[in-house]
Amino acid sequence: MLIDFFYRLKEGGIPVSIKEYLTLVEALDKRVASETVDNFYFLSRASLVKDESHYDRFDKVFADYFNGLESIPADFLDRIPEEWLRKQLELQLSDEEKKLVDSLGGWEKLMETLKKRLEEQKKRHQGGSKWIGTAGRSPFGAYGYNPEGVRIGQDGSRNRRAVKVWDKREFRNLDDSVEIGTRNIKVALKRLRRFAREGAADELDLDDTIRSTARNAGYLDIKMVPEKHNAVKVLLFLDVGGSMDDYVRVCEELFSAARSEFKHLEYFYFHNFVYESVWKDNYRRNSERIPTMQVIHKYGPDYKLIFVGDATMSPYEIAYPGGSVEHFNEEAGSVWIDRLLKTYEKSAWINPTPLDRWRYHESIRMTKDLMKDRMYTLTIAGLEKAMKELAK
Amino acid sequence: MSDRFTGTSNYVAGEDLMMAVNAAVSLERPLLIKGEPGTGKTMLALEVADALKRPLVQWHIKSTSKAQQGLYEYDAVSRLRDSQLGDEKVKDIGNYIVRGPLWEAFESDESAVVLIDEIDKADIEFPNDLLRELDRMEFYVYETKQLIKAQKRPVIIITSNNEKDLPDAFLRRCFFHYIRFPDKETMKKIVDVHFPGVKKALLQRALEVFFDIREIPGLKKKPSTSELLDWLKLLLAEDIPVEALQSSDNRKTIPPLAGALLKNEQDVHLFERLVFLSKRAS
Repeated sequence: MLIDFFYRLKEGGIPVSIKEYLTLVEALDKRVASETVDNFYFLSRASLVKDESHYDRFDKVFADYFNGLESIPADFLDRIPEEWLRKQLELQLSDEEKKLVDSLGGWEKLMETLKKRLEEQKKRHQGGSKWIGTAGRSPFGAYGYNPEGVRIGQDGSRNRRAVKVWDKREFRNLDDSVEIGTRNIKVALKRLRRFAREGAADELDLDDTIRSTARNAGYLDIKMVPEKHNAVKVLLFLDVGGSMDDYVRVCEELFSAARSEFKHLEYFYFHNFVYESVWKDNYRRNSERIPTMQVIHKYGPDYKLIFVGDATMSPYEIAYPGGSVEHFNEEAGSVWIDRLLKTYEKSAWINPTPLDRWRYHESIRMTKDLMKDRMYTLTIAGLEKAMKELAK
Repeated sequence: MSDRFTGTSNYVAGEDLMMAVNAAVSLERPLLIKGEPGTGKTMLALEVADALKRPLVQWHIKSTSKAQQGLYEYDAVSRLRDSQLGDEKVKDIGNYIVRGPLWEAFESDESAVVLIDEIDKADIEFPNDLLRELDRMEFYVYETKQLIKAQKRPVIIITSNNEKDLPDAFLRRCFFHYIRFPDKETMKKIVDVHFPGVKKALLQRALEVFFDIREIPGLKKKPSTSELLDWLKLLLAEDIPVEALQSSDNRKTIPPLAGALLKNEQDVHLFERLVFLSKRAS
């Protein structure tokens, strides 16, 4: 039974190993935990999960696995007609099917859709992949399969039943695949700092040691110096306007908070795509523009280049001269980005659009190609990957 | 094995934390503790040692710490110096082997509690260098060709502030627990344990002010448990009446001695600005 649980955890994206599993079995064998589900939950979490950002995923798998034992609470039935949820068959989906289901956007969106569906739907439904009911592939309902599925039963019952610890999902903020907000901005900062600060503390200063030893009449006198601090220089290009504004604010905060760790941090704004000029002050964007060539000449190739933008636009804006929505650009955006990339070898594009929506935008694909695949999501995990790439 | 850890008279441990500690104690594996600063990670080791009546060995990690320093150090420099002075001591290399905290713990007659504090401060390779030592609880002293093996496997408690990721191989050998920020109920218990005499009304208000301040968006360093305890200590020492806190309703005044809660200049400015704004608005 536990072996099955172990594999579920692995499927759920928690890096569990055999050693940890054996530790858990050993602990159970030694009766560390008395036989309640709560204790088992604490024990298995302490032995199997080694990172608080995985706590939330663990809670989900745990709830999913051990909830077969629980009945559907009463007040849930007030909200949704009972017959929809009568369990008729357990549906086993193949892997391809699972992947198909895997694509409905984030949690919030799911809840919204749920509300809409509830309004649309009048009849009982079973099977199929859209309506709410049992054993189907729709994300809503019970006993079916959808990786992001909402178990209506648990959610609706929170007020009346004692809430199980793992159903509270208190660690959701710590999951490193969520977007960066004020809550986890600190962790993100740490990742940025790590990028800026490499190497340990001290090394032997050979010259000074020889000199002082000689002066010390041959008695050894060891001198150490702190290792050279490898400060990083960063050029930040931020897409402003429209949907990007919120993300840009987060990024600006993020990078300026990490500013003390960088030797230099310069930022510039652009709209949708980089062309022959950028600007530094958004209020005077029309009067005070800086030619992109000037940026390239002024900041040497040792700068690392980071773009922040959703890269969602018409493909013409990238590929053709005159494609820009704001002005007539003599050269295509792709030419300008090539020019920048040729100067700055280390570069990355951070994209706040959720990963699963990237494939619907031709322009994202094009930009990603231009960036030679160095495009990352605006999540802590994404940032970390980007920083790793830049630090290579 | 000795009794189970259930918290002590001055440390409030959640059920999940107790479980993690007990698992680590009975399986003799290291326990890795993470959590917000000031939630009592370091205190845990002291309290575990106290509760289980075991000796405590502390090893505080700095950015220059090397794994080897935890085992032993060969003080080559003083040996070289002694050799130049013609000291007799120089003939026995054992005179220059300085024992580290882990050695002390391994040699201890009763099973000790070892605190490895803030392991993430050290170099990224640090945990990797301790794998075998933590796993087998033994190490080899090359200079004297000795094998040091733990008589009784110590309980090892490791804390981390998450500044660096720890290697997987290291994590696999540990139990892990993340100390969450306590909710109001637990916080009351914690304060109770530290200041049993505190007046109900004062505590109630103080906690409200405290959680209010924690809710302010944009604070660089949110006040944590240890700041709350310091602040209460000050409030009690200065004998601040409840009324002084009462007026901080609607965030119209700055609570007395707020300096104990906000330790960052920018945070203090932000807070003052907010207070000023809400004053003007009303």
